[in-house]
Amino acid sequence: MKTCLVVDDSRVIRKVARRILEDLGFEIAEAADGMEALAWCRAAMPDAILLDWNMPVMGGLEFLRKLRAEPGGDAPVVIFCTVENDAAHIEEALEAGADEYIMKPFDGDIIESKFAEVGL
Amino acid sequence: MRPDDISLVISLCRARAGLKVSAEKTYLIESRLAPVARRENFASIPDLLAAIRTRREEPLIWGVVEAMTQGESAFFRDRAPFDAFRNEIYPALSRARGGEPVRVWSAACAGGQEIYSLAMVVEMMRAEDPSVRVELAASDISARALEKAQSGLYSQFEVQRGLPIRLLIKHFEKTDDMWRLSPKIRRMVRWRRLNLIAGLGAVGRWDVVFCRNVLSGLEAPYQKKVLEDLTLALPEDGVLVLGAKETAEAAGDAFSPMAGQPGFYRRNPAFRAAAAA
Repeated sequence: MKTCLVVDDSRVIRKVARRILEDLGFEIAEAADGMEALAWCRAAMPDAILLDWNMPVMGGLEFLRKLRAEPGGDAPVVIFCTVENDAAHIEEALEAGADEYIMKPFDGDIIESKFAEVGL
Repeated sequence: MRPDDISLVISLCRARAGLKVSAEKTYLIESRLAPVARRENFASIPDLLAAIRTRREEPLIWGVVEAMTQGESAFFRDRAPFDAFRNEIYPALSRARGGEPVRVWSAACAGGQEIYSLAMVVEMMRAEDPSVRVELAASDISARALEKAQSGLYSQFEVQRGLPIRLLIKHFEKTDDMWRLSPKIRRMVRWRRLNLIAGLGAVGRWDVVFCRNVLSGLEAPYQKKVLEDLTLALPEDGVLVLGAKETAEAAGDAFSPMAGQPGFYRRNPAFRAAAAA
């Protein structure tokens, strides 16, 4: 089973994303900020990461840059999922190594379409 | 809704557009017609339909029919047909045309997502090979749909249905809450209002016709008619692309499926549509 780490400081968002991704056949782990997410990845790299931008302790962009510098950190497919919805943020995310980008609010169709886009 | 209101909607849609509307789907009829009633300043859907009964005004009738023709639309819907066009269909047709442009028509283009997806594909192909020549056209029965398509304006929701983020960044610009497709891509498409059941005698010749998820919404006799008329628009080696769950069976042997390309059909050269005889 493929694994997806859902990184978001909102418990509600994590729950919604978990439900959608479990329906798509993923096993889900959750983290509430970038630091927690990094600890998860160091223990076991997931196949995919759904990543919020603005979080306490460590934000999504800083996490992504650190992840890509980790051994094996280029492997997970990273999909941003954030309220930041302007071209500048999207370009910054792609340059930092994101594979896809979801602008909140999202629904099951968008998640499914974006995961299909990256081949998952 | 009253049964006579429902049957009025069904008969208008059938007569004007060949559209199949199910009497059981009251919720669908209501959700499509409520905005029309509001727009035309009626207090309710029954008021709108009563006015149509007494006044028989064409703009009101078409408002109803157009609203009922709206379908789901997404960029790169089903994905595979776009890859097949790029990798198989275009190269073969382009060779056969000796470098003349390959002409592609999106019939019933709705909000324009399909034809613009093709335009973005063509732009990618040209970046690799500047000799690529494709003419793109799109038609729809609905003036409102065409207006939306031509504007190239899509909501945040719409640009997240099937459009890869890199193509969004490359070809769209954010304006307020909407995303606007670049003039460069928009200028690649020619537009036309067209009712498919009204005969295709004047549409000209098209090498590839995308007519996906259109036929399945039509009453059976019109499925047959549109398919037979399409044989007149396609050259012998032309290609018809239907939706993932559709077939060309309604027109007997007018079309045959292409091996290894689900949804792609070739015209049967032996078939002659009645109109051509």
